[in-house]
Amino acid sequence: MGELMIGLYVFVLAVMVGFEVITKVPPTLHTPLMSGANAISGIAVIGALVVAAQAGETTGQVLGVAAIVMAMVNVVGGFMVTDRMLEMFKPGQKK
Amino acid sequence: MNPDTLLQLVYLLSATLFVFGLKRLGSPATARQGNRMAALAMLIAIVATLVEQEILNWQLIALGIILGSLIGAVAARTVKMTDMPQLVGIFNGLGGGASGVVAAAEFFRLGGGDLGVEAGITILLSTLIGTVTLSGSFIAFGKLQRFISGAPLTFPFSRTLNAVLFVAILVIAATQVTGGATVTMYLVLTGLALVLGILLVTPIGGADMPVVISLLNSYSGLAASAAGFVLGNMILIISGALVGAAGLILTNLMCKAMNRSLANVAFGAFGAADSTGGRITPGEGKTVRDVDAEQAAMVLAYAQSVIVVPGYGLAVAQAQHDIRKLSDLLQERGVTVKFAIHPVAGRMPGHMNVLLAEADVPYTQLFDLDEINDEFSTTDVALIVGANDVVNPDARDPSSVIAGMPILDVDRARNVIVMKRSLSPGFAGIDNPLFYLDRTMMFFGDAKGSMVDLVRETKEV
Repeated sequence: MGELMIGLYVFVLAVMVGFEVITKVPPTLHTPLMSGANAISGIAVIGALVVAAQAGETTGQVLGVAAIVMAMVNVVGGFMVTDRMLEMFKPGQKK
Repeated sequence: MNPDTLLQLVYLLSATLFVFGLKRLGSPATARQGNRMAALAMLIAIVATLVEQEILNWQLIALGIILGSLIGAVAARTVKMTDMPQLVGIFNGLGGGASGVVAAAEFFRLGGGDLGVEAGITILLSTLIGTVTLSGSFIAFGKLQRFISGAPLTFPFSRTLNAVLFVAILVIAATQVTGGATVTMYLVLTGLALVLGILLVTPIGGADMPVVISLLNSYSGLAASAAGFVLGNMILIISGALVGAAGLILTNLMCKAMNRSLANVAFGAFGAADSTGGRITPGEGKTVRDVDAEQAAMVLAYAQSVIVVPGYGLAVAQAQHDIRKLSDLLQERGVTVKFAIHPVAGRMPGHMNVLLAEADVPYTQLFDLDEINDEFSTTDVALIVGANDVVNPDARDPSSVIAGMPILDVDRARNVIVMKRSLSPGFAGIDNPLFYLDRTMMFFGDAKGSMVDLVRETKEV
C-alpha cells in the first residue's frame, strides 16, 4: 500500500473522529470551537517549516517564510483569541 | 531510536492531544483547558519539527515565526468581540493560504515537468483549496468589515461563469498532471483559483455570513490536509481532517437554522429580496400597541419570569452591557431571567453567546432554541431586542417564504415586548405578524437608548 493510500485511510478516519467529537459541542461554545479549530488548521506551519528548512534557492525560501508567517498568525492569534473568549464564560453565582 | 520514528511518535502525541483538546472544548467548564491542550499540542509539533530538520537558514525561519506570532498576538488581544467573525475569517484565509503556499513551494522545488500522478494531484489540489480559501476569506472579511458592500453582488450569468471557471481549472489541472507541468500554467491555475474564491463569496449576503465563515473554516482544514498529502505528513492530514469535520458540522447547523440548503446559500443570493415581488408596506391597516419605557419597565418588574431574545441589532447598538444591567435589576426583584439564543442571532455560530459572556451574563442563563422553546408558554414576558425573522410566527405557515425556519416561540408567552426601531422587515423582507398581536407591546427606539431608558425606569419601579 502506497503512502497516498495510507494517507487516505488516516484522513477518512480522522474526519469521522472529528464528527464524533464535535457533534456534542453545545451551541454556546460554537464560536470558541470555531476559532480553536481554526488555530489547529494552522498546523500547516509544520509543512511551512519543512519546506523553508529544505529550501536551497530563493523562491523556496521566500515561499517557505511567507507560509510560516501566515500560519503562525493563524496559530498564535487563533489560540490566544479563543483563550480570551473562554475566559469570559462564567457560570452564574450559586445563590 | 531512529530520529524519524521519534518525530512520528511526537506527532502522534500531538494528534491525540488535539482530539482531547477538541473534546474538552465541548463543555464550558473544561473548554479553556481544552484550548490550552490543543495549543500545547501545536507547540510540541513545532518544536519537534525544528529539532528534527536540518535547517539551512535559521535566521529566516526564526524571523517568520516571530513576525507571525507578533501579528497574531496583537490581533487576538485588540479585536473587539463584535468583530470576531472578521478575525476568524482572516485567520481562516491565512491558514488556508499557508497550505497553498506550502504546495507552491513544493511545486517549485520539483521544478515542474513530469510530477507523476500522486505528486501532481496532491500539489495542485492543495494549491487550489488553499487559494480559494485565501481569496474567499478576504472577501468575507471585506463584507463583514464593510470595506465592500454586505449586499449580495450578482450579475447576469455569474453562475455560468463560476461553472466555466471551475471546469477550466479542472481541465488545466488534468493536462498538467498527465502532460507535464509548467510554471506558467501553474501560475495561471493559481490565478483562476483566486478569482473563483472571490466569485464564490461575492454573491452571498451579509446575513448568510455564518454559513460562509463555517464553510471557509472547513476549507482551511481541508487545505491543511491536502498539504499533508503533498508532504506525506500525517499530523497535517489528521489535524486538517478534524478541522474540516468541525467546519462542516457548523455549516450544516447554520443552514438548518436558516432552513436553507448549502446550495441555496451559495447560489440563492438571499437578501437581494426586493426583486421578489412588490415591496411590502409593514403594518398597513393593522394596529400596534405602542408602549414607552415606563410602561415596559412596569410589565417587566411585576413579572415572575422573563425570557430575553437578543438579536444582532443588540450587538450592533452595543447594548449588551445595558441588557445585563436590566437582567440584574430584575433578578434582584426576584424575577427569573433567561436568555434565548437563536443559532443565527450573531454573525457566526455562537457569536451572541460570546457577546453576552463579555457583558458578564453567566452562561448558565443562556439557552438555545431546543432547550427553551417549550418554556415560552409558561413565561410572563418575552422581551425581544433587535431580532425579527427568528421570532416570526409565519414560519409555521407552509405558504410563507420562511416556512419551516426554526423560530423561537415568543408569541406563546403571556406578554411580548418588542424593542425595535420601526416596523421594517428583517433580512427575509417580510412582515412580522407578531407585532400586531394583542399581547404584543411595541417599544420603538434604537436598542441602546431604549435599553438605557428601560434600565432607569426599572430602577424606579
